[in-house]
Amino acid sequence: MIKVENLSKSFGSKRAVDGVSFEVGKGEVLGFLGPNGAGKSTTMRMITGFIPPSAGAVSVCGLAVQENPIEVKRSIGYLPEAAPSYTEMSVLSFLRFAAEMRGLRGEALRSAIRRVVELCHLENVLGQTIDTLSKGFRHRTCLAQALIHDPEVLILDEPTDGLDPNQKHEVRTLIRKMGESKAIIFSTHILEEVEAACTRAIIIDRGRIVANGTPTELKARAATGKLEDFFRSITRSDTLAEGAA
Amino acid sequence: MKGSWAAIRIIAKRELSAYFESPVAYVFLVIFLLLSGFFTFTFGGFFERGEASLAAFFNWLPWLFLFLVPAAGMRLWSEERRLGTIELLLTMPVAAWQAIVGKFLASWLFLVVALALSFPIVATVNWLGDPDNGVIASGYVGAALGAYLAISCLTSALTRNQVIAFILAVVLCLALILVGFSPLTDLLARWASPWLVEAVSKFSVLTHYDGFQKGMLDSRDLLYFLSVMAYALFATGVVIRNHRTG
Repeated sequence: MIKVENLSKSFGSKRAVDGVSFEVGKGEVLGFLGPNGAGKSTTMRMITGFIPPSAGAVSVCGLAVQENPIEVKRSIGYLPEAAPSYTEMSVLSFLRFAAEMRGLRGEALRSAIRRVVELCHLENVLGQTIDTLSKGFRHRTCLAQALIHDPEVLILDEPTDGLDPNQKHEVRTLIRKMGESKAIIFSTHILEEVEAACTRAIIIDRGRIVANGTPTELKARAATGKLEDFFRSITRSDTLAEGAA
Repeated sequence: MKGSWAAIRIIAKRELSAYFESPVAYVFLVIFLLLSGFFTFTFGGFFERGEASLAAFFNWLPWLFLFLVPAAGMRLWSEERRLGTIELLLTMPVAAWQAIVGKFLASWLFLVVALALSFPIVATVNWLGDPDNGVIASGYVGAALGAYLAISCLTSALTRNQVIAFILAVVLCLALILVGFSPLTDLLARWASPWLVEAVSKFSVLTHYDGFQKGMLDSRDLLYFLSVMAYALFATGVVIRNHRTG
């Protein structure tokens, strides 16, 4: 459902993403791993159509993102990094805005809001201004926004960032469950998350894919059998990378 | 077409309620009404004029709006960039131009509300005398042409900092005033040829607002305001696209 071909993005002379290709089908949850600044967010932004690629192509549900931006955006639910939201709005009015923007009206709108409120456990904060919420609630409010139109494709940029262990577990479970009927890409720094929720993982370093396989396959490639050791063996920390440059 | 209007309306609705959800709207309205009253009745010599008109009010309006309109427009895009919500907004199924028009429309409606709330001045002048309400209406129409507002929209797309957006907008709008401000054009007339002075002053909002104030709706004046607006909104689109391109 998501097809990324030879995707590249340069900012000035810096190459943030360099010839990335992969595919994600229905029922797959792709974990996107990599050190900070490896190009994870940039790749996700290109898939959602927020930024245009310098080269290469993305298609979602058979449609090219560059040619049919609006159609493609309709089928994607997106949780940007740091989960932004209109902080002066209440949770309910924010979700209503998101639902209206997705073309939902009347009873469809109300039931969509009920569904995501239940999924993301927002019942007790519906009337509260987002500004006054804790980080966990803000995060889930933004996640609810991404799920409101029950999209076929979900792009989640660090969906568990800033959540406590219980919330992390819940979001992981949610992702795994939704992954049965959708195509999901999510990025994370937490390697256990990949084992817990992904059907496949890609490790990206300095804009290039350095590994692609199921969590079990990746683990098997480390001498110790641990995903973390494998990750460390094929990626560089950004301090090292800076030093080399 | 119907679908694109729906998206514009939803964005405008959210933006307009954002004004009233924060204290900004109320502060703005109170300051506008206090200052416009002060300028009209005290500074503008409303009673000394001895005529039933809103000339005192409309004379000061371009100067009052010079500060107030950028204040109303400065948050439009800079706030989206600061919060990161621009990424949400532009990954929803809308085109960037729809978001630009929607946001502009919301701030314009807000400005219209502010102008409408100055009705006590109109009521006063109607109570005291027998003004030409056609002239008053034309003055309001001119005031509601959102040239300043579109410029504020543009500067707010340039930065994530509202203060910078505000100052840039004031400077640009001030330039649009000054090129037609008579003390300055007189100065220019001392050494420049008259056609140059006239050409320069043609770019001023003052020159084009003059007709509206006098109740003369000239299509050239209308065209001036509409083209400033269209140009600034188009430039906003370019700025937003470049920002995303990196």
